[in-house]
Amino acid sequence: MHRRTLLALALFTGLTAPSMALAADDTIKIGLLATFEGPFTVLGEDGERGAMTAVAETNGTVAGKKIEIVKGSSDASPDSAVRAARKLVEQDGVKVLVGPLSGDEGLAVKDYAKTKPDVTFINGTSAAQDTTLRNPAENFFRFSTDGAQWMAGLGTYAFKDKGYKKVATVAEDYSFPYTQVFGFMAEFCKAGGHVPSKSWVPIGNKDFSSVIAAIPEDVDAIYVALGGADAVNFLTQYQQAGGTAPLIGGSITVDQTVLTSKGKLRDVLKGTPSAGPTADTNDAPAWKSFVAAYAKQPGAFPSPSLFAHGYYVNMKATLLALDQVGGDVSDGGKKLREALSKLSFDTPTGKVSLDKNRNAVADIFLTEVTEGSDGNLLNKLVKVVPQVNQTLGIPEDEFMKLGAVNRDNPSCP
Amino acid sequence: MSILDQPSSSSLSGGGVTRRQAWGLVGLLAAAIVAWLVFAVWPAWLNAILISKKAFVSAVLNGLTLAGLYFLVASGFTLIFGLMRNINLAHGSLYLLGAYIGYEVTSRTGYWLLGVAAGFAVLAIIGVVMQVFVFRRLEGDDLRQTLVTIGISIVAADLMLAVWAGGTYQIATPEWLDGALTLPVITAVRSNGASVFLTYPLYRVVVLAAAIVIGVGLWLMLNKTRVGMMIRAGVDDRAMLSASGVNVHAVFAIVFAVGAGLAGFAGVVGGSALSVAPGEDVRYLLASLVVVIVGGMGSITGAAIGALLIGLAEQIGLVYFPTYGVVLTFVIMVVTLAVRPQGIMGKAR
Repeated sequence: MHRRTLLALALFTGLTAPSMALAADDTIKIGLLATFEGPFTVLGEDGERGAMTAVAETNGTVAGKKIEIVKGSSDASPDSAVRAARKLVEQDGVKVLVGPLSGDEGLAVKDYAKTKPDVTFINGTSAAQDTTLRNPAENFFRFSTDGAQWMAGLGTYAFKDKGYKKVATVAEDYSFPYTQVFGFMAEFCKAGGHVPSKSWVPIGNKDFSSVIAAIPEDVDAIYVALGGADAVNFLTQYQQAGGTAPLIGGSITVDQTVLTSKGKLRDVLKGTPSAGPTADTNDAPAWKSFVAAYAKQPGAFPSPSLFAHGYYVNMKATLLALDQVGGDVSDGGKKLREALSKLSFDTPTGKVSLDKNRNAVADIFLTEVTEGSDGNLLNKLVKVVPQVNQTLGIPEDEFMKLGAVNRDNPSCP
Repeated sequence: MSILDQPSSSSLSGGGVTRRQAWGLVGLLAAAIVAWLVFAVWPAWLNAILISKKAFVSAVLNGLTLAGLYFLVASGFTLIFGLMRNINLAHGSLYLLGAYIGYEVTSRTGYWLLGVAAGFAVLAIIGVVMQVFVFRRLEGDDLRQTLVTIGISIVAADLMLAVWAGGTYQIATPEWLDGALTLPVITAVRSNGASVFLTYPLYRVVVLAAAIVIGVGLWLMLNKTRVGMMIRAGVDDRAMLSASGVNVHAVFAIVFAVGAGLAGFAGVVGGSALSVAPGEDVRYLLASLVVVIVGGMGSITGAAIGALLIGLAEQIGLVYFPTYGVVLTFVIMVVTLAVRPQGIMGKAR
């Protein structure tokens, strides 16, 4: 019995030791939460590359202190994200946390953030609307934009320039794709388009052929908001089934994480219009130098994915704010959060600032998939939509009346 | 006894039909309904309920091909369990490893069939190695065997992640398997009177055919050959089989080789139809667990029935109530467990 008590004590010290190490004055711990397992593994790994690009820019130091990155891994499910966040905050003792990656995770971590008011949370790439729009947390900041903002310009472009009047949607069944479909339909329906059929598929679904068969045959195009392996599966099976309707891509459907996949889906993707926070053929010098810095990370894609971009922007913001306060979070992060909310800086994709809900206002890029000179698929820049805010330019009270995004909202059959 | 039975059975047949005939009639009626659903041109009200004939028939066909895939994985699983009372929780890892090996061989040599053969052969060898080095040492210790297989599956998943990273791979199918078949099923009639026929990917039909051939082959092996006889004897009474002079370990090794090889084979075939990515191991382990629980542990016929039920439920659920589709699978499992705990074809032990 005595031995067991000793053992428990020893274990306990082992567990608490890391948080005591925090007392060391010359390092600052930053938690990095991303999906290093599950269906979004590739996405999470690229997010890490982006975050590490920002850390490498300051040579791994901020305000004279060494940056120590503590990684937490989730599998894109909200409970795994909260578990990983709790581990980082309660066991590793981080006071600043960057993440998570996926929509539902963001909603869950925001709720967790409310219970830890002295820890500062900065988003990774999670892009569900209500992470910041409705019932936000005081200590959750999002310097990357949300999924509806990412769609700015696409609905109008599909209706006016492409001439699509009737579009069916296929998307995963959780908050981020709801937000993306909302963003697309907000413009598309307003322009006069119709969406007669919406298919919501469970995340991680492999066999889409039944879903493909159920898409009405008289639509002009199919809007696809699927990510990672799901997108690859859908596109391959769509090609196998002999699908001919052109596609419109959600932001992560035509991202580098999908465009670099091996297989026959490439033919289906060429010419697909989309919109998002990045464009691969962006000519701006800031973007080019970011691409060069990103390429130094191990295993980098030909061009950074939006996950690399999102994690970079959020990590960069974190480091800038930490620098302003001299790396001091001993006051429960009060000064840091003040600095963050006032922060406005130039990212590789233009100026970013925060609104009153601590959500970013930034430029959005309208793109089209083309084949690059080296045979890689790229998102060609079509148009920049400057400084898109969370309410998509609609006055806030009017925007709130549109209601919370879900499977059935909006609707224009 | 027979005298007592006589009046009741004669009164039943006096009613015109015996129990057997009644079932036959029900079966015939079901077959007629299915045939009508598949071949007739649907009236508008039916199209309105079931989205469209194309969606419905495709969902059923997809359910059948998915069932074929599940059967390939689950048959090895159930065979190993039937003989060794060992739930091999690393079975999903065998599937995923087979898929990765199939991808490597296919992309390097350019021959898809070579990839399929390699997937089967390499995994069969790994199966034998696992049997000799792991299971033989823990014989008769069910709990430890189960725990060890969980351990193996976790280690294998991380090793595969280290080698092949987290990307999604697609095994390229050869030209002659590409394209779509036009089935003699009319899905709609255009206003000018021309009929629209249902097209269906050729590859999926091949998957289904392969599953049927392998299923029949397994059944023949188990029921018509000497090795099969030994395996069945081993399922019923291992000690007695050993006492009658059969090298039980050799039989175990064969079963393990076939079971693991089938998982690898399914990996390559499934990886070509769908895709290969981390996490597939758990998915297929779960699928084969559910299939085997529904069908009955240790029965090949049961695995076929279970796979059919689960495959159809998944696909039809996906089309008609996507959000709750997953629940349907587990409802089937729960109902089976409640009504017939040993599974549809399982023997009560």
